[in-house]
Amino acid sequence: MKYTEEHEWLREDGNVITVGITAHAAEQLGDIVFVELPEEGREVSKNDDVVVIESVKAASDILAPLDGAIVEVNAALADNPALVNEDPLGEGWFFKMTATDKSQMDDYMDEDAYKAMIA
Amino acid sequence: MTDEDLATTPLTEMHRGLGARMVPFAGYLMPVQFEGVMAEHAWTRGQAGLFDVSHMGQIVARPCDGGGWASLAPALEAAMPVDLVDLPEGRQRYGLLTNDAGGIEDDLMVANRGDHGFLVVNAANKAADLERLRGLCPDVEFEMIGDRALVALQGPAAEAVLAEHAPDCAAMRFMDVAVTRIGGVGAWVSRSGYTGEDGFEISLPAGDAPGIVEALLADDRVRPIGLGARDSLRLEAGLCLHGHDIGPDTTPVEAALTWAVGKVRRTGGARAGGFPGADTILRQIAGGAPRKRVGLRPEGRAPMREGTALFDGDTPVGAVTSGGFGPTVGAPVAMGYVAADRAQTGTALTGEVRGKRLPVAVAPLPFTQANFKR
Repeated sequence: MKYTEEHEWLREDGNVITVGITAHAAEQLGDIVFVELPEEGREVSKNDDVVVIESVKAASDILAPLDGAIVEVNAALADNPALVNEDPLGEGWFFKMTATDKSQMDDYMDEDAYKAMIA
Repeated sequence: MTDEDLATTPLTEMHRGLGARMVPFAGYLMPVQFEGVMAEHAWTRGQAGLFDVSHMGQIVARPCDGGGWASLAPALEAAMPVDLVDLPEGRQRYGLLTNDAGGIEDDLMVANRGDHGFLVVNAANKAADLERLRGLCPDVEFEMIGDRALVALQGPAAEAVLAEHAPDCAAMRFMDVAVTRIGGVGAWVSRSGYTGEDGFEISLPAGDAPGIVEALLADDRVRPIGLGARDSLRLEAGLCLHGHDIGPDTTPVEAALTWAVGKVRRTGGARAGGFPGADTILRQIAGGAPRKRVGLRPEGRAPMREGTALFDGDTPVGAVTSGGFGPTVGAPVAMGYVAADRAQTGTALTGEVRGKRLPVAVAPLPFTQANFKR
């Protein structure tokens, strides 16, 4: 797992990278009531806004962590956005993407570094 | 602004101890949530929620001539379009401080407590309200109370909970006010609130407030509730938030608060006019206003937040002034202003969210049934 300063996690599985937000981020955002996901197949550049999450109080953007393409989105979030609060590292994932340059992963923190950042 | 610059309330330390997330609000450090907005919202509708609203302004008003309510009420009527002369002792009424343009400088509660009046105003407007009242009511002495906490106990279990500490409160009806004793100290109680639920607002001496609040929270039916749920509860209840849904640029008629303008203060009434902005407000009561505050129900799950522009086809017709997710409704809810000819319930509009026009319908307020004890 890799972590961004924006509190996203990236899990690599072969060529596909799954992206979500950390438990810390989900807790800080509070109850999530709406998630707007990108279209599958969309080409994205690193730091593009790709997901909007609305908590009870405010909207936040989730950035594409890498250059690449969205290959799958978590359709279950449309009907049950609370999954992000209940299981942020599992059922609450946002999208899967392929990367054009996987070395961009190296820019991100490992778990220890992330834990140190939020401590 | 750092936390150190913010004012605290007599309950701030208790909030921290309960694990609240604290945020700046109207110059105060206030709890925005304890266990979470959704859970707190649901708890208040199902049981009883306890809110710290000590940031609000508590004002005692006394007539300079010592003449009691009979001389106080007409003097206060110079500042608001409310019928105060006919307000019985032991009752409170919702009021509006209007400006010369007919706009709303603040909304407030005014209670008749016999020889004096008790006013509760919004935190952000405290100083301005006091100046306004002193200017418009020169024969009244106003005192901002600085040594009392204000808490609200709201929800269907509120009466049973409070009655264990102050049995006389059970007999109070919606908008009654009483001075009683809770835990041996003098409490100023009103049966009112800002959630759409039955409940009480309780003013307590600052030093005694933490102990009394602790005793209330010791009841399994009571949980502490933050400002986050206070906002979602009042939005579902269709209640206005000053500075958002009403303000100096909205009139009572536009705001659909004409009911707060006393019949005797309207054209043809015994004490017609005589408050700031009377010309505009009375003209709008007779002839209508160009826009109106309405409820709004977005069709999908995307909330429409404050500032969302509203359209009928390509024509801009208004904007959202409060919006979010309604936990009890289970869907997004909002209110806002639309052109008067678009204010009919059911009118299909769109709201622009992140560049997309999404369907939204004009809906009746409140979104949830009020549960007041009339």
